[in-house]
Order: sequence, then C-alpha cells, then structure tokens
Amino acid sequence: MKILVCISKTPDTTAKIAFTENNTKFATDGVQWIINPYDEWYALVKAIELKEKDPSTVIHLITVGGADAEPIIRKALALGGDEAIRVNTDSSDSFTIASQIAAVAKEGGYDLVFTGKETIDYNGSAIGGMVAELLDLPYVSLATKFELNGTTATINREIEGGEEVAEAGLPLVISCQKGMAEQRIPNMKGIMGARTKPLKVVEPVQVEALTKIVSFELPPAKAGVKLVPADQPEELVRLLHEEAKLF
Amino acid sequence: MSVLVYIDQADGHIKKSSFEAASYAAKVAGQTGTTAEAIVLGKVSDDLTSLGRYGISKVHHVADDQLNTMDSKLYTNAIVQAVESTGAEIVVLSHNVNGKAIAPRLSARLKAGMVPGAVSLPDTSAGFVVKKGVFSGKAFANISLQTSKKIISLTPNAFTPVQQEGTAEVVPFNATIVAPAVKVTATNKVKGEVPLSEAELVISGGRGLKGPENWGMIEELAHLLGAATACSRAVADAHWRPHHEHVGQTGGSIAPNLYFAVGISGAIQHLAGVNRSKVIVVINKDPEAPFFKAADYGIVGDAFEVMPKIIDAVKKLKGV
Repeated sequence: MKILVCISKTPDTTAKIAFTENNTKFATDGVQWIINPYDEWYALVKAIELKEKDPSTVIHLITVGGADAEPIIRKALALGGDEAIRVNTDSSDSFTIASQIAAVAKEGGYDLVFTGKETIDYNGSAIGGMVAELLDLPYVSLATKFELNGTTATINREIEGGEEVAEAGLPLVISCQKGMAEQRIPNMKGIMGARTKPLKVVEPVQVEALTKIVSFELPPAKAGVKLVPADQPEELVRLLHEEAKLF
Repeated sequence: MSVLVYIDQADGHIKKSSFEAASYAAKVAGQTGTTAEAIVLGKVSDDLTSLGRYGISKVHHVADDQLNTMDSKLYTNAIVQAVESTGAEIVVLSHNVNGKAIAPRLSARLKAGMVPGAVSLPDTSAGFVVKKGVFSGKAFANISLQTSKKIISLTPNAFTPVQQEGTAEVVPFNATIVAPAVKVTATNKVKGEVPLSEAELVISGGRGLKGPENWGMIEELAHLLGAATACSRAVADAHWRPHHEHVGQTGGSIAPNLYFAVGISGAIQHLAGVNRSKVIVVINKDPEAPFFKAADYGIVGDAFEVMPKIIDAVKKLKGV
C-alpha cells in the first residue's frame, strides 16, 4: 500500500490578516506558519493510522512550494511518513498546484491520495478533485471516516444534514475533514527521526495557470454591537424582528 | 454560447442553494448577453419547469437512476457532455457538498479557470473577476479567470435568488453514463432538521451551556424560528453535540442571515467559521467575551435566565 498525503503551508489560525503592495500580497511579517490543519489532523494522521494497522504501508508527503515550505514538511515528517517530496514552485493557482501533485502521483503509483478538505487560507476545496480528474480516478470529498478492507474502501462523506456511506475500490483520491482522525503531537523520537528522512526536491512540470488573484480586501468593519439589557431580552427579539427583519 | 447551471438535488428535490445558483446564472447570462440553461442529473419529483421562475430558459434532464447518488466522476462526465452540447462558456454550481466535489473536476477537465466559493457577480469591466472568501472568512480575494471557459461555484446563502414569471422548457438529455466507481451503500440523515449549510437562521451553543442536558432551550428556539442548530468546537469535542454541528475554522463554515450564539466566547477560530453571517447575536455572561466585538446585537447576561425569556417573547410574536 502506497499513500500520498498532500501537505500545504498556511498561516497560523490566529495570524493577523493584512495585505501589502496595494492589497495584492498577503502581509507575511510576523506570521507563524503551520501545516494546514485539515492536511495535518485528518489526512496525515489517517495515513499514519493505516500504516499502524499495516506496517508495510509506505507514506509519502508532498508539498508544492519554495524552500520556505521545508520546515513545515519536516514537521509533518515528525508526525509520520517515510519520505517527502517538495515540488519547487510557488503558485496561488489551484490547477497549477494540482498538476504538480498529479505529475508526482502518476510516477509514484499510489493506491491512495489524501488531501485536507480545504486550506484555511485559500478555502478552495479544489486540489483533491483536480488531482482525481487529472489522474482519472474516483474522488470522495469531505470524508469523515475511512476504513480499508483489502482493496475496498468504505468512506463516510458529509452530505447536507447528515452523512453518506460509500464503497469504492483503490486507487482513490480522498479529501479529509473532522472525524477522520484525531490531532496528534509529534514526540521527540519523531522530531529527531524527521531530520534524516529523505526530502526530495523536484522541479515543476510546465502548466499554464487558469486563474490569478488580482487583489485582496478586508470585510467592512462592523458598526459595533448594540447591547440590550439582560433584564429586557424581549427587546432583543423586537430588534431582530422589526429592525433586522430576520423573522 | 450560454451559461449552464448544474442543479443539485437530494431525494428528488432541488436544493435551495441550487435555486440561488440558477438565479445567479441567469444574472451572469444577462451580463454577458446570453441565456441560462440548466442540467439536472437523476430522477426528480420537483417540477423542473419551475426553474423558469429563476430565469432558466431550458433544462436538460438526464433522468437516469444511476445518477440518483453522487459520483463525482459520473457527474463530471455528464456535465461535460452538456457543456459540449450547449456550447456553454460559463458553468455555475453551488459551492455545497456536491459542488465541492464536481467543480474542481470540471475545471481540470475543461481547463477552465474556477472560482470556488464565489460571493459576488462577475465584474466584467476589466476581464472577468469574481470575489471569493479567503483566510476562512477574514478576507476576500478578487480572482481573475483567464480562460475562455469558466467555472463559478457559488457560496450558499451569499446570493438572494430573484423570482420572476417564467416557465423553463424541459428536454431529456441523453448523456453516456458508465457504471459508478463509488457506490453509496447507506445514507444517514437527521430527519426533520434544517441542514446547517442551507439554514438561514442558526442557533448555536457553546461551553457556557455547561452540558448536553441544557440544549433544550437551543433546540426550542431553533424549532420556533425554523432554524438549524450548531455548536462550538469544545462542545463537539466533548461529544455534547454531533460533529456535523461544529462550526469554526476546523468545522463547518456557514453564512446564515442570523447566527445566534449562546455561551460561546468567540475565539478567532470560531469566528472564522461564522463571520460571514449577516447578523450575529451574542448572549454571554462575560462582558469581555471577544465575540461581542464581532456581534451586531448582544446581551451580557446568564443564558439560563435570558434564554427562557427570549423563547417566551418569540412564542408571543409567533402566536404560539
């Protein structure tokens, strides 16, 4: 069994969101970078769980980014995974990124490709589906549970107001979210071991970007909270009914 | 050349978010001087001619049983065939659970630039630029689509559908369908509840409610208002409420008209999942709770005292 886990570098969940260069660039000053939580807590940990059940499983991690993504991929290796691949290009275009992952995946002959359900910076939910299409593989998105029985996978997937249980054969692309696995903290052995795990840098395949970010903007500031005294909750109901016209 | 909207259905009924997508598609068609047509996959019980009220001129319907459950590959193949047959340049979908699976496949197949989670109509004054939420609701990005074919998946509840007089022509569409690779074996739906992702009103509880036994007042208010229920991460992690109710950076991201938060302090990660809500109400006994800074209305007070009075006032208003 060979699993490819897609790892993305994102700003920390508490990072201040601001823009520079006439609102065309994210202001990275003082920003702490983390592994995209969906990639780490759900995709990577699920792959590690599968390896714990079947130690012959090989886990490769892939990230698409410059050398500044290396601390993130080393941190991911500290949690688990046998080796990592960094595709040496920076892009904000999902199709460009997915094409790099698909090119590596095609070479590697993976049984499973795991992604997080989205990154917490771009919120695209795009990579898994694009990789699946480029590899002509089935794709199950927003998975909350994944079990493997031989070469048949049973996957729970989010639907509106509930879940759906599906079965599919391998190879398969899965996007992972809450429920798939529980967050883990890397231990000292993992951190030490990660330093010597192979990290291969490969050059990107040539792809024409389909999209471009023209500019960023911040949401308009809130006018401020209108506080209603605690002994007059009926006044809040009146405001929501008459002023905000919500019901 | 036309705009094609994919209409998503569940159990034979068109989803609310797809009416929004239909209306959005009609607007985009108006902007670009063309018409909006729709593709519907699987058997449906709703009257498809009613899509005319949302500005759709023609509905292409693939009434094949195999399409009654969603396999992203099959759906993509069928939609691509409809794109080819209609000559559509722009495909619109809802950025809902199924749209998130289908839209990226379409984008990769058609080499069409995609805006996942659009919140505005395209700006065509210089190219084709669509706004989407980024940084988990903390900012927006304007995305330029640089390809002749374009995919827009629309954030649910971000666009108010416009209704008008009209009847759509419904024509059968014979798409070539192969056997699905992903077989749905069971569906577990919470009956009788409003799905959180489609809800216009959401009542949510946090750790301040002290335990799952105190959720009666959240559920009662939600029931009175026809609202969905949600919760914070701490509550889902403690298994007080099911995981699908968790909203926040690592849970669901929602944009209802009303987000009514009881006993939630409003950590930045929670805000990330709900800050696109049109109106935020916060009930919290701690006046320093960060949530008040993001709120439109608030009460500094004990939920256990305030909520019963709110429920009574809503009952009086609704005449129940």
